[in-house]
Amino acid sequence: MTTLNPSTSPARKPRIDWTRPVLWLFAAILVLLILLPLSWLAVYAFTDKNRHPTLQNFVTLFSNPDFLDPLLTTAIIAITSAVICCVVAAPLSWLVSRTDMPGRQTIRALVTASFVTPPFLGAVAWELLAAPNSGLLNQLYRLFAGEDADALFNIYSLTGIIFVISCYTFPFVFVLVANALDTMPGELEDASAILGGNAWTTARRITIPLALPALVAGALIAFLQAMTLFGSPAILALPAGFHTMTTKIWSLFQYPPKLELAAAAAVPLLLLTILLLQGQKFLLGRRGYSVIGGKYGAPRRVELKRWRWAALGFCLLVLLNPVFLPYFALLNAAFSPNATTLVTPSTLTLHNIVFVFTELSSTQLALKNTVILGASTATIGTLLALVIAYVTTRKVIAGHRILGFLATAPVAVPGIVLGVGLFLSYTRPPFVLYGTLWILLLAFLTINLPSAYQQLQAAFTTIHPELEEASRILGATRLQALRQITAPLLRTGVIATWCFIFIGVMRELSAAIVLFTSQTKVLSVLIYDLNEGGDLAAIAVLGIAMLVITFAVVMAVNQIPMSGSASAKLRNG
Amino acid sequence: MRRRFSRRDVLKGSATLALGTVFASPLRAAAPEPTAITADLVAAAKKEDTVVFYSSMDLPVGEKLGKAFEEAYPGISVQIERAGSERLFQRVAQEYESNIHAADVVNSADASHFIPWKKSGWLMPFVPEDVAKYFPDNYREPDGMAVTTRLWLSSIAYNTNLVKADDAPKSFADLLDPKWAGKMVKGHPAHSGTIMTTTFQLVRELGWPYLEKLSKQRVMQVQSSTDPPKKLSLGERAVMADGNEYGIVLLKEAGQPVEPVYPTEGTPTISGPTGIFAGAPHPNAAKLFQAWLHTRETQQFFVDFTGQYSLHAQVQPKAGRRKLSDIKLMKEDPAGVEAMTEEIKTRYARLFRV
Repeated sequence: MTTLNPSTSPARKPRIDWTRPVLWLFAAILVLLILLPLSWLAVYAFTDKNRHPTLQNFVTLFSNPDFLDPLLTTAIIAITSAVICCVVAAPLSWLVSRTDMPGRQTIRALVTASFVTPPFLGAVAWELLAAPNSGLLNQLYRLFAGEDADALFNIYSLTGIIFVISCYTFPFVFVLVANALDTMPGELEDASAILGGNAWTTARRITIPLALPALVAGALIAFLQAMTLFGSPAILALPAGFHTMTTKIWSLFQYPPKLELAAAAAVPLLLLTILLLQGQKFLLGRRGYSVIGGKYGAPRRVELKRWRWAALGFCLLVLLNPVFLPYFALLNAAFSPNATTLVTPSTLTLHNIVFVFTELSSTQLALKNTVILGASTATIGTLLALVIAYVTTRKVIAGHRILGFLATAPVAVPGIVLGVGLFLSYTRPPFVLYGTLWILLLAFLTINLPSAYQQLQAAFTTIHPELEEASRILGATRLQALRQITAPLLRTGVIATWCFIFIGVMRELSAAIVLFTSQTKVLSVLIYDLNEGGDLAAIAVLGIAMLVITFAVVMAVNQIPMSGSASAKLRNG
Repeated sequence: MRRRFSRRDVLKGSATLALGTVFASPLRAAAPEPTAITADLVAAAKKEDTVVFYSSMDLPVGEKLGKAFEEAYPGISVQIERAGSERLFQRVAQEYESNIHAADVVNSADASHFIPWKKSGWLMPFVPEDVAKYFPDNYREPDGMAVTTRLWLSSIAYNTNLVKADDAPKSFADLLDPKWAGKMVKGHPAHSGTIMTTTFQLVRELGWPYLEKLSKQRVMQVQSSTDPPKKLSLGERAVMADGNEYGIVLLKEAGQPVEPVYPTEGTPTISGPTGIFAGAPHPNAAKLFQAWLHTRETQQFFVDFTGQYSLHAQVQPKAGRRKLSDIKLMKEDPAGVEAMTEEIKTRYARLFRV
């Protein structure tokens, strides 16, 4: 990041450099996108029904156990999930990235599979597996323990919710840590070994400190995900008999909607997030962790020798929980006349599939809307994140710091709250977008922007600006330099980001549930509605269809020719 | 011939009339002239090619109804938006306040919803011919804004694999027995109109102490009243504390191990009126759907395959099913529900913690 400010380079060319106007335009779009809904939220949080300033909303919130209990529950869920995610993801990513364990690529692909699984779908699948009486695993357990044995697992519990959330949040940590380990220079470890450090010393003094920032960042993301997640709690918390912050906020929309309280309830979540992000900076900020230079050799792989297969066994055992068991349960439910009875050749039925694709009148519309939204959000979002990442890493225009902050800010806003903010913003002139796909596009864009921006910013930092500068010295405009030099180098990151956003749209339920109308229904909402009525088999069919679409799209996009390596697919994804 | 039958059946139907008044008669009623299904209406409806039906009916049941309409009038497709009635109510409000008129026809499990909808001027008066001829007056909105399409119950039920008939609960009071702790499932009045109506009737008949004691029984809480029968048939819980009786009847007929119980205190009864929105984007298709929905043929078909009850005087109960007159019913009172909705939501949330 030691860069000359490119704007000081002599510019006496007659051609107009369009870069600045274009960049300012993007900056303006970003400001509008983020600040409009957040401002409306702030207005609602600090005013009463007649929009007179008041703090009453917060008094109501913090004096009422109906709100304090969910806040505490959410804190417990978020902290525990974050810890579990780190404990599971760290060894997994080390094994995949730094050892000679067999099947490393397969394990990476399976982690992707758990990332692609929407948390609400995972929650339904785990209902099929671990509902205390009808769950497949509990049925299996009772075969051995006797008919009247207590349930082995109860998914309708705080533990159950933490477990399911961890299952579908740990990939975030895994990806970050695996990336860090992948790019860690082997020479540093070699040097330690040459200087007499044994394996443990090397790990303690070199590997762990270098991987620490990624792990801390991962823990933070896991915490935020678990805190703002709506899908899994929406499906499991009600039967479990408690609320989390997000389900509580959702219940505030019940008629008559209490939007002021919903907005106010978001404020503690927002403050906590900002505090955590600052804490992370404080913790890591003063040390240099720059390891990317391209001049180092590939990291050494640790030889596990006879532990190789045990390590693979461990990975597969971990992946049983987010992938193998849930997918098995969904497939079984899709073909079974009774969602939690094991299907046999004689009971196998296509009825559920026929129902979903020929009788269920919302299927086609929801499929179409979801694919349109996924593709367009991914395309626009990647473009937007690309420009912002460029502006902030190359410090091209004044106020780039603010842009970077704005692009990260939505991470602090739970999707459901952002949904309210967008609803308040786009149901009144000048932007009347509610009832159209546009408002969902804006929601998905905003929600996915922070991670897209982070990824592309990371990608930009790895490309030294001297390459662009060389091009500009040779007479190219900034846009030409970007197109000819930077863009090809970024391809891998861009494609990964596109896929990431597409998957993010498929996973999104919390904002969609506030913003959809009958004509703008998406798959996640349809699945939520089906769950409300207890139509588990239909959910299984739709969920599998959804996963097939996601995988097909991700694979197709990755087929776009690019110069990067195939292994980069998961790097940022 | 028809008329003769109808008079007798109307008298028979008056047994149900005594149960309560879904729609009170005002001093001056101004319902529009009854409308028959004419070729003109069908042609106009076909031009609109879609009808959007907001409904809380169990999804497989609702979709089957939609398919029947599509077969009767090829070229018009039915888009069904299924959610719990309380959620539909919230959605309609959210959409209308933003000037979005997406819904054509609505069938709610909470008859009280039609009171504020009518007050807001959101409903279109429309009286199908069959409704004028064969539906009892107090199940018709006097100004023609809605008519009770279906009548059903929220009963107790049990899973026959898990509970012996002799041990099964016979009354709501039985559900408070400690032996059912952790073994029951029920719907939620903030999601389901059926459960909202049921909770109102239970509070009126048994008082809040009943629900307070029930809430200590570690009841599994689901959202829609269509879900408890399914959880019961999966064996997830042994006893259903409330939920759609028709779901139980249909599952039982399909060979699932479930059995309804009609509690000795009386069974909560729910009216599901249907109305057309004034801002319907497909007004003719909506009228055709409303008229078709209340013909004798449709109502008979509906009763036969959904296990619910019809108020159409010429509809015959399906053989082998329990007659409404054989069940002790609780009285309906939508106006009472409307007045108590907020109290029910608040107190219920406090008791059951969700």
